Amino acid sequence: MTVSGPQSSQPNPGHSPDRPPHWWRDESLRPMIVACLTLSAAVGVFGVSFGVGSVAAGASVLQTCVISLVVFTGASQFSAVSVIGAGGSIGSALGGALLLAARNGVYGMAMSRRLDGGLGRKILAAQLTIDETTAMAVAQPTRREQQIAFWLTGGALYACWNLGTLIGALAGSAIDPETYGLDVAFPAGFIAMIWPLLSRVEARLAAIVGAAVCLVAVPFTPVGVPILLSVIGVLVGLRSPETASESAVEVRP
Amino acid sequence: MTWTLILLLAAGAYAFKFTGLVIIGARTLPPVFERCLALIPAAVISALIVKDTLTSGQEIVLDARAAGIAVAMIAAWRRAPLIVVIVIGAVVTAVVRQVS
Repeated sequence: MTVSGPQSSQPNPGHSPDRPPHWWRDESLRPMIVACLTLSAAVGVFGVSFGVGSVAAGASVLQTCVISLVVFTGASQFSAVSVIGAGGSIGSALGGALLLAARNGVYGMAMSRRLDGGLGRKILAAQLTIDETTAMAVAQPTRREQQIAFWLTGGALYACWNLGTLIGALAGSAIDPETYGLDVAFPAGFIAMIWPLLSRVEARLAAIVGAAVCLVAVPFTPVGVPILLSVIGVLVGLRSPETASESAVEVRP
Repeated sequence: MTWTLILLLAAGAYAFKFTGLVIIGARTLPPVFERCLALIPAAVISALIVKDTLTSGQEIVLDARAAGIAVAMIAAWRRAPLIVVIVIGAVVTAVVRQVS
């Protein structure tokens, strides 16, 4: 008789009273699971907004859905479609979108010490490493809960984001977006995205300078370039006198 | 929108995620670097709001969108849920566009 590898290494589930119950049967995890799923559903609304805005900006339904499937990082998707839809070059659309994608690298670093598994699982985890999954994971007290929160939010959010995108793209192409004011789906979505960031003084400063630089640059530079120039706001935000005391204030319940 | 842009964007976005999670891993970066990356969304997204609300190509224009976004900002400030912020922005824009 040959012993098959993976099965022999598994502990017998019926005979290990020390093992915690399967995560979805574990009562103590219920609030966390509900929070992950609620967040994912809310992000689905963003997905609808992306779908509507994307077809309003000239992308096809298929392109819109593929973007959400393969790019899977909201702000970058909104940014690229918005710049290209307004007539910007591929370079400026890509530049602005990648600036916004860079922070996922930091989230990846935060997750790398919290996730188990080999390279195969990390390759999949990387695609799911975004604001929401990282935030839900790092908020959990134990390593086990951090991993459950990451994978649960990642899976549910991926499903909701793409379903939302499809619904939005179909709805947006069935009606005239301007008649229903849906051309503001993008900026209104951006407002919802940026608002939670503005609790910090340095972020408010960066936002004000970024907006001002963009407004001033619009008449003099090609479409999309003002978005790249807005990073000047980051440099000003870093020099904020309040910055030094920020980290002490930032601890919240 | 072109497929070239979609592919480049997908590759670039994934590269950042992969670099952080697998290549850099648990090592730490200088704090100033992380603070820079944390501030980018505030600066760039607010520029995108300006672009999508107040411009058309290279021109600065004031139209129905500005009214809709102003109301959406008030809604966000009053801590309205995400869907309310988006719907109220669209409705106000549509109404102002109809009457103007």
